[in-house]
Amino acid sequence: MTEPAKDDGVVLTEAQKRARRSRSIAIALSLAALVILFYAMTLVKGPMVLIRPM
Amino acid sequence: MSLISEGAELRGPIDGQVLAEPSLATVGDYIALLKPRVMSLVVFTALVGLSVAPGSLHPVTAFTALLCIAVGAGASGALNMWFDADIDALMTRTARRPVPMGRVQPGEALAFGLTLSCFAVVVLGLLVNVLAAALLAFTIFFYVVVYTMWLKRSTPQNIVIGGAAGAFPPMIGWAAVTGSLSLEPILLFAIILMWTPPHFWALALYRTEDYARAGIPMLPVVAGEVSTRRHILLYTLIVVPLGIAPWPLGFAGVLYGATACVTGAIMVLLAWQVFRERRPVERAARHLFAFSILYLFLLFAVLLVERGWGGLIARIAA
Repeated sequence: MTEPAKDDGVVLTEAQKRARRSRSIAIALSLAALVILFYAMTLVKGPMVLIRPM
Repeated sequence: MSLISEGAELRGPIDGQVLAEPSLATVGDYIALLKPRVMSLVVFTALVGLSVAPGSLHPVTAFTALLCIAVGAGASGALNMWFDADIDALMTRTARRPVPMGRVQPGEALAFGLTLSCFAVVVLGLLVNVLAAALLAFTIFFYVVVYTMWLKRSTPQNIVIGGAAGAFPPMIGWAAVTGSLSLEPILLFAIILMWTPPHFWALALYRTEDYARAGIPMLPVVAGEVSTRRHILLYTLIVVPLGIAPWPLGFAGVLYGATACVTGAIMVLLAWQVFRERRPVERAARHLFAFSILYLFLLFAVLLVERGWGGLIARIAA
């Protein structure tokens, strides 16, 4: 009597893993760039960063 | 861990609905969704608007404004590709885009475009000013909803009205510096608005079959070649004086005036050739399409050098 096959869930192909990794790196770099941008703009504006002109 | 296994039909936990395959989309596919070539023209015209505007803007703030405008333009492109995937697949020029090729799922393109749109508008509003952010939000709305979803498939005047979306960036650049609008950025807006129809109709003249196959009511498809050639000449005769106008109005100097007159004369000549040349119309249309890009680039480049460059360098030095 054979046992039912165990469900391993998702098994990504190598191409899918590579694509996912490259997308993850791009998202990480984008978020890091956003952090740097907000930091730089806070330095530039100082206390004025809370004032939003038209 | 995902809900799916390789090789099996992929079903979700609710009602066993079929799920999409794990994405094979690369970073390059997502960059292609942003329409980088269109984005570069948008950034350039926004830079001109930002540079010629009176007043000062810190270089980091100027960079942030341009980045937000670029991302907003890219987001519009992604949303356009999401909505137009069906007709893109039918046209030679667009069939290799990521969504019709199946490399990016439509839902991924939609999520990508919406996320970037929100980020671009919110960051521009928080870090630069609210007017520029509002103009960017309206530009995205106009391109995606008014042009892509409504006008493009319903009227041969699609490009005449829809061209406004591509004409807003100099106004956004100007608003980023001044927090207001005046005649000068509106004139830059009008130049791009009136430049768009002859530019795209020249393309449509030698891509008529493509547009007809996709069911897009471009002017050559609906009204025919003769009417399109007449319209191209008419709009060229409108855009050339508009292109020269900044000079007599005092917004630009002699160099700009000379450039606008010479390149404008070439535009009229090429539009006349399109109007007169019965066969092959394709050659004349290709010449006009190619030169129209150079025409707009030269007008804005000279304006940047003449009006903006000195001011921009002074601002960075300050």
